[in-house]
Amino acid sequence: MPPPDTTAGSPTPEESGGASTGEGVSTQKSDVAKGGATKGVAATELPRGAAPGIRFEKVVKRFGHNVVLRELDFTVGPGERVTLIGPSGSGKTTILRLLMTLEKLDDGLIWIGDETLWHMKRGDKRVPANQKHLHEMRKQVGMVFQQFNLFPNMNVLRNLTEGPVRVLGLSKDEAVERARGLLDMVGLADKIDAHPSQLSGGQQQRVAIARALAMQPKVLLLDEVTSALDPELVVGVQDLLRDIARQSDLTLLCVTHEMTFARDISDRVLMFDQGQIVEEGPPDQIFGEPSEQRTRDFLQAVLAT
Amino acid sequence: MDWNWDFTWEILPELLEGLRTTVIATLCGYVIALVLGLVWTLLRRSPSRILNQTVRWVTEFIRSTPLIPQLFFVFYVLPSWGLTIGPLTAGIITLGIHYSTYTAEVYRAGIADVPKGQWEACTAINLPRSRVWLDVILPQAIRRVIPTLGNYLIAMFKDSPMLLVINVSEVLLVAYQEGGRTYQYLEPITVVGVLFVVVSVISSILVRRLERRYATT
Repeated sequence: MPPPDTTAGSPTPEESGGASTGEGVSTQKSDVAKGGATKGVAATELPRGAAPGIRFEKVVKRFGHNVVLRELDFTVGPGERVTLIGPSGSGKTTILRLLMTLEKLDDGLIWIGDETLWHMKRGDKRVPANQKHLHEMRKQVGMVFQQFNLFPNMNVLRNLTEGPVRVLGLSKDEAVERARGLLDMVGLADKIDAHPSQLSGGQQQRVAIARALAMQPKVLLLDEVTSALDPELVVGVQDLLRDIARQSDLTLLCVTHEMTFARDISDRVLMFDQGQIVEEGPPDQIFGEPSEQRTRDFLQAVLAT
Repeated sequence: MDWNWDFTWEILPELLEGLRTTVIATLCGYVIALVLGLVWTLLRRSPSRILNQTVRWVTEFIRSTPLIPQLFFVFYVLPSWGLTIGPLTAGIITLGIHYSTYTAEVYRAGIADVPKGQWEACTAINLPRSRVWLDVILPQAIRRVIPTLGNYLIAMFKDSPMLLVINVSEVLLVAYQEGGRTYQYLEPITVVGVLFVVVSVISSILVRRLERRYATT
């Protein structure tokens, strides 16, 4: 089993800092006005440079007797944006949770770049990963949750600096500066001292997006990020994510029930059912002329609501 | 049997002195209970089966036996093993350990109440274990249980007269001795009752204030 051909050199986080000033400025444009709240994304804040690809190799995940993923194979290219759709219980969220190490892998291999997430090399054997390996691998991955999961005991600033200071070893000043930049980007610069409970759902989710980006991940996982929002707040968050997706080199995996959003944000759509990929292709194809009956049924059901 | 005010005023200073001892024993014991309870809770979550099961059964044992035999054990049995401590210290330690097995349960419930998403967010930003506990889980868990912990302070205060069995001159023992000296029990015992009501009511008000403060935000 060779590593996937998805890695383009070693990722260097520094590439993002200096080089991007030039192109970042021109981004305050059209869709900014739509949500009202989106301030326009300054690309300086976004991870740049080589993102790793992801590959699932015969991945198995069970919950008790219930097999959620059955020898699943799929690949996501470096910097590719992929949306996973399908009926609930089809294993989409489990895929993201495996990548974030929130669930344990039962069998198979998950590659991030040219390394396996759940296994490490010892000699020429692969043994289950220890905490240290998982910690290292997780540095590349960030996740935004359906329920935001901000830390309610910390204000917005501290939510954004906790990780960079405690995990990445940034100085307080560096972390604060990074947090300010990100808050600016998500349009919440004035909420820096607020507590999560004082924010609307949409604002909380923006902060959560900023918190994930503050760790400068290479892979970003979006798990039904607008499902818990009031309808009028959905568009603002989606616009923000669209901007981020366009202007960063993140490898993006997105689980959503919002088909318009899926169409906008992704290079490729994977349709799941019962832990298997039923159909995959560019959004236009999947949403325009799906070839599988199950995809058609699913889309009809989703669009009917 | 008539109430004797002169006698009441005569014994009041001594009773207040006894009350002071009672309050000191309660507060010191409470600090031990708060700290040790947290230690039990964290040890019970240890991945080492030997450790967490030992802690589980030891705390279960302490919680299921009455305070008085425990006081006797610490004060009369430990010295025969070469560990001699004064009555007040023995009382404080025993009270603290006894109640730590209750506060441990309170902390456990508080930690269980922290939503799963908080742990997952910690994993997602890759926070090390120690920081997960110190910065995220414990602040939220403890906040939730502050009112319950406050109630245990009042419960401990009401249990502290039991220290008289090892001759701690707390308020009830003082009253009892005054009664024995003069064969007048009505005034000393009644005054003890009143003192307990006063302190308990004040503490309840304070605890309720804490409750309001931490329940809102």
